[in-house]
Amino acid sequence: MTRDKRNQRIREFFIEKTISASGIASVVIVVLIFVFLLKDGLSLFKIESIQDFLSGKLWYPISDPPKFGILPLILGSIVVTAGATAISVPIGVASAIYIAEVSSPRIKEYLKAGVELLAAIPSVVLGFIGVVTLVPFVKQFFNLPTGLTAFSGSIMLAFMAMPTIVSIAEDALTAVPRSYREGALALGATKWQTIYKVTVPSAASGIVAAVMLGVGRVIGETMAVMMITGNAAVIPKSIFQPVRTLTATIAAEMGETVRGSDHFYALFAIGIVLFLITFFINMIADLYLHREKR
Amino acid sequence: MNPRLTQRIAFAILLICTLIVIVPVLLIVAMIIKNGAGAISWEFLTTMPRAGMKEGGIFPAIVGTLYLVFGAVLFALPLGVFASVYLTEYARDNYFTRLVKLAIVNLAGVPSVIYGLFGLGLFVTFLHFGTSIISGSLTLGIMILPVIITASREALDSVPRSFREVSLSLGGSKWQTIKRVVIPNALPGILTGTVLGVSRAAGETAPILFTVAAFYLPRLPNSPFDQVMALPYHLYVLSTQVPNVKSSITYGTALVLITIVLLMNLFAIIIRSRFRRRKRW
Repeated sequence: MTRDKRNQRIREFFIEKTISASGIASVVIVVLIFVFLLKDGLSLFKIESIQDFLSGKLWYPISDPPKFGILPLILGSIVVTAGATAISVPIGVASAIYIAEVSSPRIKEYLKAGVELLAAIPSVVLGFIGVVTLVPFVKQFFNLPTGLTAFSGSIMLAFMAMPTIVSIAEDALTAVPRSYREGALALGATKWQTIYKVTVPSAASGIVAAVMLGVGRVIGETMAVMMITGNAAVIPKSIFQPVRTLTATIAAEMGETVRGSDHFYALFAIGIVLFLITFFINMIADLYLHREKR
Repeated sequence: MNPRLTQRIAFAILLICTLIVIVPVLLIVAMIIKNGAGAISWEFLTTMPRAGMKEGGIFPAIVGTLYLVFGAVLFALPLGVFASVYLTEYARDNYFTRLVKLAIVNLAGVPSVIYGLFGLGLFVTFLHFGTSIISGSLTLGIMILPVIITASREALDSVPRSFREVSLSLGGSKWQTIKRVVIPNALPGILTGTVLGVSRAAGETAPILFTVAAFYLPRLPNSPFDQVMALPYHLYVLSTQVPNVKSSITYGTALVLITIVLLMNLFAIIIRSRFRRRKRW
């Protein structure tokens, strides 16, 4: 073996090791994220039980003594997410069906570009537009003391979930084999009957995955929700009331805490809760996506 | 009911739903252009903010965002491309590979504010980078990693197996094949993914909140360990934290931000369609 050849072998050995290391990096990063959340988050549970943290009704992090109950924040997230899901799922799936099954190929390209445009707009821009248009509208239309409510947040978040839901559901519908549709049409079914009796049921698991990923997106959304929902950390009694979500709490309060204080640890503990929620939602979504592929 | 009539009604409802998704986006973009265009001037783009951000330009925020995005790509592009090469060219179909793929799916779903916490914990505090460009860039880089990996994997997968076989049969080593045949043919796809990742990084606010963003800093950074202003955070500050800002300044900032983001997306779309047309296999 010549020296050149040997040098090349050695170089390639290192390059291949680098490639393997990069492959492992994603796993390492996920583990690191969790470890760093735990490192600071778990410190809270020296002074507060997990039970009190999760089911405590009061979030007064800077009063004396402080109260670190995140029930109002969990409920805030649930209310906003439920509202956004109720709006975005039917509309999103319907437009996915329209784009995948009904529209002509040319129109389809324009519609898909529109959905991509929506996906591209940063959440802080949508938040700003929500503050200047949606918030005053909701205040006036429902005659409320403030337009910064869970309802406004739900509408805005529904829009932000739309690109995820539409594009993944559309992929699932497009992946249904052509022969299924042809079979139904040959038996005399109309196009619409084919869609709701054959195509949509065949794509069901992909559509479920789309919905799950949309929900994950909504729960994790931070900026728009912080700007629009009014940030009142109280247990919501109606959707026309200001609420505060888990994400908004972290984003709004982290800047004002002292590193290493109980409040700081509490915000990381909220991070753990949020990470676990989105982790499970993503797992379920992935499960459904894979079921379809088989 | 007559099935034809049912179909008509059903399609009309589907169309209305589609319009509900698409029309507001166009209105939002139109509204930002209409209200923001007046604020755009050479001075607005190239001078420092003055009078507590109520006057002057947004130059440091533009520069800050460019630095952050550049730093993020510098970190995420090589790592992401190598990771996708690993998955398409080296990984066997086993539990470990499944784990790597699951990790990527999860990274893509982690809320952006969690990335912020992670960046604060790891880069700012643990590694002592402080609130700085480097902390913010690395945080954003990790956030866009799944975008780059997913796009690159798709691009690498689409290179036909026969290309690799020809190179290997001519005596090329595995790495030579990857470097000279596979990656060049997948480059447009990789580039598209990267540009989309960059546009996401340029618009995100939550990950930079605690890792780099400065509320008001009317000067340019001197080193990677400096804080900077950034466009998305500046927009957040203008629209919620500073009372009585002229609305043209806020809209102008929003316009600059979406122009950067949308231009990048347009660029990605152009690369993609060019590539599709040129593809000969």
